[in-house]
Amino acid sequence: MAEPRFAAAHGARGVRIELNRTPSARSRFESAIKVALMAAAALSVITTVLIVGSLLFETIEFFGEVPVGDFLFGTEWTPQFSQAQQSFGVLPLVWGTIYLSLIALVVAIPLGLLSAVYLSEYAPSRVRKVVKPVLELLAGVPTIVFGYFALTFFSPEVLNGVFGIGVGVFNGLGAGLIMGLLVLPTIASVGEDAMSAVPASLREGAFGLGASKLQVSLRIVFPAALSGIVAALILGASRAVGETVLVLVAGGQTPNLGLDPTESFQTMAAYIAAQARGDIPAGSIEYLTIFAVGFTLFVMTLALNFVSIRLVRKYRQVYE
Amino acid sequence: MTGAQIAAAAQRQDTVIPRRRGREAAAGRLFTGLMYGAVGLAFLGLGAIVRDFASDGVPVLSWDFLTSFPSRIIPASSGIESAIVGTVCLMLICAVLVVPLGVMTAVYLEEYADPNRWFNRLIEVNIQNLAGVPSVVYGILGLAFIVRGPLSLGPVLLAGGITLALLVLPVVIIVAREAIRAVPPSIREGSLALGATQWQTIWRQVLPGSIAGIATGVILALSRAIGETAPLLVVGAGVSLRFNPDSLTSSFTALPIQIFSWTQDADQEFVTRAAGAICVLMIILLLMNSVAIWLRTRYEQKW
Repeated sequence: MAEPRFAAAHGARGVRIELNRTPSARSRFESAIKVALMAAAALSVITTVLIVGSLLFETIEFFGEVPVGDFLFGTEWTPQFSQAQQSFGVLPLVWGTIYLSLIALVVAIPLGLLSAVYLSEYAPSRVRKVVKPVLELLAGVPTIVFGYFALTFFSPEVLNGVFGIGVGVFNGLGAGLIMGLLVLPTIASVGEDAMSAVPASLREGAFGLGASKLQVSLRIVFPAALSGIVAALILGASRAVGETVLVLVAGGQTPNLGLDPTESFQTMAAYIAAQARGDIPAGSIEYLTIFAVGFTLFVMTLALNFVSIRLVRKYRQVYE
Repeated sequence: MTGAQIAAAAQRQDTVIPRRRGREAAAGRLFTGLMYGAVGLAFLGLGAIVRDFASDGVPVLSWDFLTSFPSRIIPASSGIESAIVGTVCLMLICAVLVVPLGVMTAVYLEEYADPNRWFNRLIEVNIQNLAGVPSVVYGILGLAFIVRGPLSLGPVLLAGGITLALLVLPVVIIVAREAIRAVPPSIREGSLALGATQWQTIWRQVLPGSIAGIATGVILALSRAIGETAPLLVVGAGVSLRFNPDSLTSSFTALPIQIFSWTQDADQEFVTRAAGAICVLMIILLLMNSVAIWLRTRYEQKW
């Protein structure tokens, strides 16, 4: 807190009254606290700098050995091979990440948005009090548990057993669909927030003109909340892109550029976890791949998050 | 118009304007059905997940399972003592680091920071972005700066704890800020008007008023940390350790790591052990969430 700085004040008889301006022990204590709090807040910025730094340094070193073009456009990812056959094209990992995220979003977008409309527009408050905690519970289940479920039940019993699709033990379809279930609560809850923020007067106006509940929900509330809804979808996509253990457990560890979802796929995040687990010597090219792939993943999720934060801020400004 | 006339007019109107065309009503019913289906599928998914690990895992649960070390050879005598102790230690380290840092940052942003200054805006955007960084990337940070590099602690308990703390710090900050914001300005103004300094106001009015919300947020953040597998894999948590960590610089394992390693086993009996460990993990999570809900309802301030 700034000390009150009255430079001078004149008393009734023209006597200068000087207020004591030397900082007291208390005010020094107050400013020390402020500095300490500021330092704690600065730590979050330092964390970001460290993340970028840790990724960047080793990635630059990686590109000293592998040309950028080979990494970005190469179609073979075989760092585990012996040196002559090693190839560092990241495309199979990027494709695995995008493909599995797409499968997840095909499930999560319709289910998540329908749940969001239901919670925001239709559900009676008693039902909401049950449905919301259940969705929160689903969001709180550790991803390793989703992985266990996809591996031991969903792929063998549901995909092979009930639908007879014939997937392998590790496959992109099972991992992707269950990832959809994992992303669903994110989309439902952020989407619901966006729709609840639409002012009641818009709904009432539409009802007054004779619109049905369905028309109000889909033609008034949904478009009015669109930027928030898009933010929810992007946030969901970002979660799917960064998901690690579910894919590692149920999706397999095969870099794959193909379209057949019954095969095994590897994503960028799953590669990082699988590779870092092995005892690889620091500074080796295998070690550096972790950082190059990590940097690619970081840039992708950062771009998604940035757009989403922007959109959320936009819809908040409109209605508050 | 008399009442009878109004009634007659209404009746006439009713015959002129159709109440709701059939197609629209059908669309409404279809959409309602779709929504029930979507929520139902989410419930079904959660139910199937719980049924799956519970039916595999509950038969495994026993006192021996909780108090034995994992074995690489004999599934039947394999337990999760080192994983439970490791997870508890990780949570303690994480809480010790994250509570002061998270609350201090939240207090700074809510009570001191001028949101128009670039420095404060940077911190704010930065925290939002950090909350969206994938957990495996925090593992890379831990690997490069804590396990190796500048700190060079090696793959030890403290390295795992710091990594998890950095991972959940944004969550704690965001929730703590909301709790602090919920304290109405009149409380602060009253305190300041009575001559309290800003810090006295924060320490004696704002923080006690928001403590329930902050505690709830901390527990929810820890319950996120407890289930994280990827960052611990990357910083090099041990697998199937037959000893408990005895210091901050001891090797460690954790429940999700033990679960992961058992799901990777070709032997089906080990995979059921993973289900048993999942049961324990989920029970701990459920307890933590119950405490959070209890705190929220019991101590929530109504202003």
